[in-house]
Amino acid sequence: MDESRYRIEVYSTIADHRGEALRARLVRLGYDVSAVTITDNYLVNADLSGEELESVARMLANPVTRAFTVNRPFAPERFRYAIEVGFLPGVTDNLAHTARESMEDLLKRRLDPKTSVFSSTGYFIDGGLSRVDAERIGMELYNPLIQRLKVLDRPEYTTAGGMGRALPLVRIHERTVADEVDLEIPEDELRRLGREGIPDSDGSRRGPLALDMLSLDAIRRYFREDEKRNPTDVELESIAQTWSEHCKHTIFAARLDELDDGIFRRFIREATMRVRREKGADDFCVSVFEDNSGGIEFDDDYVVSDKVETHNSPSALDPFGGAITGVVGVNRDTIGFGMAARPIANRYGFCFADPFDETPLYRSKDEGSRLLSPRRIMEGVVQGVNVGGNCSGIPTPQGFVYFDDRYKGKPLVFVGTIGLIPAKIDGKPSTEKKAMPGDHIVMAGGRVGRDGIHGATFSSEALGSGSPATAVQIGDPITQKKMSDAIIKEAREKGLYHSITDNGAGGLSCSVAEMAREAGGFEVELEKVPLKYPGLAPWQIWVSESQERMTLSVPPEKSGEFIALMESRGVEATVIGRFTGSKRGMVTYHGEKVFDLDMDFLHNGLPQKSLKTSRPTGPTLHPDIPAPSDLGGALLDMLERLNIAGFEFISTQFDHEVQSNSTLKPLHGPGRVNASASVIRPLPDSVKGVVLSQGLYPSYSEIDPYRMAACSIDTAVRNAIAAGGSLGRLALLDNFCWCDSDNPERLWQLRQAAQACYDYAVAYGTPYISGKDSMYNDFHGYDANFNPVSISVPPTLLISSIGIVADVWRCQTMDFKFEDDFIYLTGITNDETAGSEYAAMASESAGRRGALYGSEVPRVDAAANARLYLAYEAALARGLVASSVSLERGGLGVALARSAMAGKLGADVDLALVPGAAELREDIILFSETQGRLLASVAPANAAAFEELFAGMPCARIGRVTRDGVLRIRGCDGAPMVSCGVDDLLDSYRKTFGDF
Amino acid sequence: MAKPAVLVLTGYGINCDEETRYAFERAGAAARIVHINDIISSPSMLSEFQIAVFPGGFSYGDDTGSGKALADRIRNNLMDEFSAFIGRDTLMMGICNGFQVMTNLGIVPGLEAPIGNVQISLESNTSARYQCRWVDLAAVPGNPSVFLRGIDRLHVPVAHGEGNFYAPPEVLAAIEEKGLVALRYAKSDGSPAGGEFPFNPNGSMNDIAAISDQSGRILGMMPHPERNILFTQREDWTYLREKARREGVRVPVEGEGLALFRNAVSYFG
Repeated sequence: MDESRYRIEVYSTIADHRGEALRARLVRLGYDVSAVTITDNYLVNADLSGEELESVARMLANPVTRAFTVNRPFAPERFRYAIEVGFLPGVTDNLAHTARESMEDLLKRRLDPKTSVFSSTGYFIDGGLSRVDAERIGMELYNPLIQRLKVLDRPEYTTAGGMGRALPLVRIHERTVADEVDLEIPEDELRRLGREGIPDSDGSRRGPLALDMLSLDAIRRYFREDEKRNPTDVELESIAQTWSEHCKHTIFAARLDELDDGIFRRFIREATMRVRREKGADDFCVSVFEDNSGGIEFDDDYVVSDKVETHNSPSALDPFGGAITGVVGVNRDTIGFGMAARPIANRYGFCFADPFDETPLYRSKDEGSRLLSPRRIMEGVVQGVNVGGNCSGIPTPQGFVYFDDRYKGKPLVFVGTIGLIPAKIDGKPSTEKKAMPGDHIVMAGGRVGRDGIHGATFSSEALGSGSPATAVQIGDPITQKKMSDAIIKEAREKGLYHSITDNGAGGLSCSVAEMAREAGGFEVELEKVPLKYPGLAPWQIWVSESQERMTLSVPPEKSGEFIALMESRGVEATVIGRFTGSKRGMVTYHGEKVFDLDMDFLHNGLPQKSLKTSRPTGPTLHPDIPAPSDLGGALLDMLERLNIAGFEFISTQFDHEVQSNSTLKPLHGPGRVNASASVIRPLPDSVKGVVLSQGLYPSYSEIDPYRMAACSIDTAVRNAIAAGGSLGRLALLDNFCWCDSDNPERLWQLRQAAQACYDYAVAYGTPYISGKDSMYNDFHGYDANFNPVSISVPPTLLISSIGIVADVWRCQTMDFKFEDDFIYLTGITNDETAGSEYAAMASESAGRRGALYGSEVPRVDAAANARLYLAYEAALARGLVASSVSLERGGLGVALARSAMAGKLGADVDLALVPGAAELREDIILFSETQGRLLASVAPANAAAFEELFAGMPCARIGRVTRDGVLRIRGCDGAPMVSCGVDDLLDSYRKTFGDF
Repeated sequence: MAKPAVLVLTGYGINCDEETRYAFERAGAAARIVHINDIISSPSMLSEFQIAVFPGGFSYGDDTGSGKALADRIRNNLMDEFSAFIGRDTLMMGICNGFQVMTNLGIVPGLEAPIGNVQISLESNTSARYQCRWVDLAAVPGNPSVFLRGIDRLHVPVAHGEGNFYAPPEVLAAIEEKGLVALRYAKSDGSPAGGEFPFNPNGSMNDIAAISDQSGRILGMMPHPERNILFTQREDWTYLREKARREGVRVPVEGEGLALFRNAVSYFG
């Protein structure tokens, strides 16, 4: 083992807040911990003079609050165990990277980027702890997939002279040549090749190609008949990436029953095309489905882009790394939109299992394969989005959390980015780009390592014990920020490139091949690609998903200027080949041809799958929800539920104010209640805004997937309207996260949902501009007793909405603002409780967790709702509304509570006045999740004007705002049924996540 | 009157440069965003500017300590030039990460000349978590800051993980004695936060949110005045608008953070 010359340990000389926060967290988790001291450690393996060493160490330690040791183990006065967490060899170490840059700047000479600096964190823990406790705390602090852990007790630490100076160097002894892969093999061997990957010489497999027999046959036929040879591993891996479910959406493209053109073309794309046709001159779509994001008109001079991605499988393995990589990845879908848009906001959505559930699950029959607990996943994902957004200077205003036990095997992590780009750049539409034959292929940003190899094919497989550890990457927002600024703020304006796309799934193999469609073909010299460490095989360089990279098409006469500009901004950029008009893709490695394919085959050779659906027997519903004896208590219980409770701890740690565009924020009113929509104002000199929201109802999916999708769309639309959006300037994004998608019954649900996506997008005139699907969110492993268990996520459709707000001054928050304001409810309330949050609570309190209570899933009447929304939009535009909230999960009761809590004002409400209430029980009126409803408070002086706008529509004044801070609700017979102080409501609302 | 020229620094993860430029432009200055590497390659350009700003951001991802690596970049390449800049009749401002950079360069509090001696630190929030929230600030009477002339109270956001003001006892005493505390975290009625979260969002000693140097020409602050330039940037603007309408009062267009930038411009008027 190589040892570092120097080890520098930096420790705090004043109260250690990080250590104290960790101590408090460990105590909450049940450990007897009295003190935690944290150190930041650096291995510096370089020849330094004594003076240089001293100045390097001094540079790493703040002189006011830190001190350091060099090659002498630090030890606080009190500790029982010492724990060190560092990265595994080859894992991105951002801290070490910065430390090395600072050292180089100080020393005025280069240090070896691969071997000179490494970082780690030391934890010194005191308290009544056993060895087992210390090991468990270690598990809490590290992730075995990306980090290394060392736990020593005090005597061991002293005897060993500290944690040691072993360098975590990458040692790879792969063959760095391309191999031929024999496809002329028996069918079962070929099938295995597709499932487990290319065999190495030692018989081990490289990891899934995720190619089925249909695809493998097509590949074999192509090589046999057209190329008359076997493929190289580079070619086969590359085809697998390009044809992956992740990249080609094979299920959405498949023939489904009698639908020859498949779900995407038939339902999603066709909805958009029809909406655009019907809108005619009012069509505001600029770029749909063809680029890295979708784009709509902001105003005459600007285009707004949006894209929502999922990063589920990586987040299950490494929640922090998976989530941060998801964020910086979808940011690149903005930078790669058109000629490069500037990211102006992030959005997020998390589907987790109950964070208080600590019952273990295992990937294999082995204690060491334990899945991270839902709490660890939640904490890691939240931290990942925090760092990804905050460090990039992109505000993260909009998001949601949703909980269901069925996300325990695989969480869903949605991340989206909104971008802004001038409509024209240098006189040409900014959304058009074209790589030209002869252009240099330039890779800019980070270097290439083994990170994320097989990410695209991995996401096409269910999560099990074979999940590859190399699928995990850690994004580096600062490297990307430097690159993003240099491209968007400088290179774009200077016209230094013809086209740009991001390196995401499939790495260079996908980005280069994708751009080559614009030019015709490409030639790449793989040895020119800068690597993080030596020893990568050519196929690995070609498909690696190392982060923070863009691929650009740069005219040869400008590539010198482009590369010099990047260098002056601390960004590495390298010419790795050129685009051609040859219709062939060619890759060489040190002069040897390792890839030579027909472009048409690569892009269009994938045979269309043919799939069948089969209607499943729906679940049995228990229509009669037991009526609660205390409706006020039921309301308080609802506010505590995971899916309704406030998550301020997330909103406040995501910077939503950076870029100063925040207008409607994630928390409303003095009561700080989480909002369902956000508005940003991207250009301070324009009053136009962008409204962002979403809707999802996974709890409806098994009961009625069609209505589930309809409700998701209605909610995404309605939330945007409630904030100040316009129905005529609203677009949608679809993210399908399905499960077990080879199963005809799951495909039936998918088809139902997609049919509703078509019907309701057309009915509302809201086009889809971008979408993404993730079809295999299943977990196959073992339960706490090591019995086999399979967990599939509920079919989950996230509909995100993005709209242009004509004037941000019309926007409104949910908080009640003044006493004696009238409270209006628009829309009819029906008995629609199946799959509702109230029904879930009822089934749990009846001790029948999982049983499906309720009458039916809400039916959406788009025509009636659209009239209401247009009237509501007019009311907001005329400034008649003093508070505005959409009724979602938890229905009217929760909406009333949210407005009351946000404004810290009370209300008097009569349920008898609710439109549609006549036949209904009070608890149903309060908690039914009927769509299409909005709750507003209106100054008495504006009441007549407000009512006039809703003439002939269901709209009722159901109560008034009061000053005494009590929410009073009377039943249909006028008897008081709820009387809850706003402070009590807030206590319940804040209790669930109070410790996070 | 010629518009004062403002240098808004950028590079390596600084990310509040655009809105900081906008604030100065709206206040009447001519502001330019300049990459630090461009200053390193032609340091004499500093002489063209009257005001220099270190904007907020995440320079170098806070690695090795917030603001530290960028401060080291300046210290290793531009220390003489920035000292000369401060030596002229100029203004300098650091916001959030920029304040952390200035702190690591020993520009504030600057108790002893020459600058470069680090005397204070912005430590991890006591919550050990990033805090993005609006706070109330009270200006400290007697503080000489040019930027805060005529300002008593300020409602602006903070957004940071490391804004917990720390100074060794003798330094803290000197800062207080010389009146260098410019802004303190307060409750909404203007009374002292008294270290209480969330009014004091990070645990800062003596509720210190901003300090100036002795001349009043240099200000370092954790909160973000450039994020309250427009009224619709406030977190409570929908309430205040409703209130103004009912009282028949004009609804403001601008935010109160703009006053700091106007003060800076007026200094050269």
